Amino acid sequence: MNVIYFMLPLALVLGALFVALFVWATKSGQYDDLDTPAKRMLFDDDKSEIKRKGDL
Amino acid sequence: MSTNLTNPSQLEEFSYNDKVTKWFIGATMLWGVVALLLGVTIAFQLAYWKLNLGLEWTTFGRLRPLHTNAAIFAFVGNAIFAGIYYSTQRLCKARLFSDFLSSFHFWGWQLIIVAAAITLPLGITTGKEYAELEWPIDIAIAVVWVAFAINFMGTLIRRRERHIYVALWFYIATIITVAVLHVVNSISFPVDLMKSYPVYAGVQDALVQWWYGHNAVAFFLTTPFLGLMYYFVPKAANRPVYSYRLSIIHFWSLVFIYIWAGPHHLLYSSTPDWVQTVGMVFSVILWMPSWGGMINGLLTLRGVWDKVRKDPVLKFQATAITFYGMATFEGPLLSIKSVNYLGHFTDWIVGHVHAGTIGWNYMMIAGILYYLVPKLWKTELYSLKLANTQFWSATIGLLLYMMSMWVAGITQGLMWRQIDAGGRLVYPNFIETVVKIVPMYWVRAFGGVLVLAGFIIMVYNLIMTIKLAKKDDTEEVFAAAPLNSSSEEPNATAHRKLEGLPILFTALTALAILVGGAVEIIPSLLSNNFVEKNPNVKPYTPLELAGRDIYIAEGCYVCHSQQIRPTPEENLRYGKPSTAADSVYDRPFQWGSRRIGPDLARVGGKYNDMWHYRHMMNPRDVTPKSIMPNYTWLFKKKTDFASIEKKVKVMKALGVPYSDEEIRRAYDLAQNQANEITKGLVEQGIPSEMKNKQIIALIAYLQRLGIDTADKE
Repeated sequence: MNVIYFMLPLALVLGALFVALFVWATKSGQYDDLDTPAKRMLFDDDKSEIKRKGDL
Repeated sequence: MSTNLTNPSQLEEFSYNDKVTKWFIGATMLWGVVALLLGVTIAFQLAYWKLNLGLEWTTFGRLRPLHTNAAIFAFVGNAIFAGIYYSTQRLCKARLFSDFLSSFHFWGWQLIIVAAAITLPLGITTGKEYAELEWPIDIAIAVVWVAFAINFMGTLIRRRERHIYVALWFYIATIITVAVLHVVNSISFPVDLMKSYPVYAGVQDALVQWWYGHNAVAFFLTTPFLGLMYYFVPKAANRPVYSYRLSIIHFWSLVFIYIWAGPHHLLYSSTPDWVQTVGMVFSVILWMPSWGGMINGLLTLRGVWDKVRKDPVLKFQATAITFYGMATFEGPLLSIKSVNYLGHFTDWIVGHVHAGTIGWNYMMIAGILYYLVPKLWKTELYSLKLANTQFWSATIGLLLYMMSMWVAGITQGLMWRQIDAGGRLVYPNFIETVVKIVPMYWVRAFGGVLVLAGFIIMVYNLIMTIKLAKKDDTEEVFAAAPLNSSSEEPNATAHRKLEGLPILFTALTALAILVGGAVEIIPSLLSNNFVEKNPNVKPYTPLELAGRDIYIAEGCYVCHSQQIRPTPEENLRYGKPSTAADSVYDRPFQWGSRRIGPDLARVGGKYNDMWHYRHMMNPRDVTPKSIMPNYTWLFKKKTDFASIEKKVKVMKALGVPYSDEEIRRAYDLAQNQANEITKGLVEQGIPSEMKNKQIIALIAYLQRLGIDTADKE
């Protein structure tokens, strides 16, 4: 059963990695705006949209 | 996107690498047909054994791993790469990091698939479910996956959109976790180019394998598709996702919980109870985030249900999400020990898996392809009618599949455990429980044909779409401002370079640590002083070891388990429950996951050598109505005596206590044992030249199974 002593830390390391990523995401402001990203992705391959905004 | 787009001069022009997406789409269509065709083939083989064709390369035991590998890694794999590469570039407003890595990724992956398609029918396999490919291919997979990771992370770092959309998070989790799973589960010690033994044995191997196996479902078949759902469903519906907030919660809760659920594949096995309980509890908890995602996906379609009726893209996606909801309800249900008691080793599990792979993956892939092909080739879909035909064909086919497997699984599960008032099994002959469900195998095979037919219709539809499109390979040029180019940040460029680096850095560091840690820690952990020792359990003899490798090569584990659960009826049918000590020398473990035939954990000594001889020649001679294929080539092919010494040596290096004497004399010991077995059989009339044939080694192995602990309380 010793493999547990390897797998538990491994799973914990993976978990810790995701916690770190979550903290990074929150701190760097990724989740400050939870409304517009869902809408903006709808325009992500619309060429004219991008150009037009740039031309403003 | 909007805040720093103030000065047009700051705009950077870029284009997308859609060529690689198109390649992956082509590969998805090709391997999809292959994977489904294989599935239909083996479904018919179970209904009618003669369809094994009497050839070693086409028996169920060898084709079933080919089917699962083709479906998961070739069909679904290529679809994932197409979808991820398409959406990541759009979400990042950046071209893929490297055109070279993109091509390398594509061709590398196709080569791996071809290698799998060649080696698996030849019986070159590790014998670990969903990880059957041998070590050189495993290394190739790791290399190509790292190329994919660099290509993806590089694109993410160069993104021109600060916010990392939720789909990208799902992709990140997929890439990191699959890498870790694959590396940890595949660590093995080569005997030669085509054969290796895992560093884990028995219970350890089982825990690692199902931690991998379950998370392959989680991080190969689920998380990437949730990411794709969060991109393609809003795009196709042209509406934002129902709740972005919920999608964030969905992602983080899912990645934290999924990794712990693996042991639900090992309920009632000889793994520690607490591990099983952890697996069960987390599996039930998993229901919540899964349904959070399902609801979020379906509610995105609120207000556009009229479109769902007409648009094949949305129709397939809505169906996929519905089946995802069903499968993620059934999964936790089956993880509850008392339900698992009935469902485990039966076709219920097979039905559950296909509700996921056909219902969720196939349907989602169809939706994505119907979205991408007209868009990428700048044209309209060739035929809406054909798309609808596929929809009904696939949906009805899948429902037939699932329902027949529910009936078959529950019927057989109940028959196995039925005990009469006198305490005897009501169906002591295993074959009775098989014959009963064969009609369901026909229904399932027919359902599979409908699913395959639907897919072929789609491929035709898409090829016609592409054919009728104007040839236009020019890449459109887009423009967007780079990140951090706004004036309030003076050292913007430097900052931009660092932005995102933490992700890459953390990921690569974690990988490095894991690989390094795995290599260093595992061997010391896995020395032989673990598991409750049982002095009666001795290592396999050299000939038995060779026989075991034949057992693995033929894929016997696909239909026969080697794990007796601690329940009254299994005790009656198979003997004493399996313990951890029983499989201490099993590399790989062969506990299996489905009993199409009976359990073999204690088959040793149950029948005489002649019975096995006749059984392998034609199972129906000793078990009327058996659906097992004839293994006639075992009577023609020679046992590889020359490599036995090397095999024993490798086992010793892995910690199996063979003496130097045994290693030195391995060849002679094997020959002597073969002579002995053959002598007994010759007396009953078999030709003496059978001595060197594989059948003798296989009999040696089968007769050894479980006898070390059978009658010694």
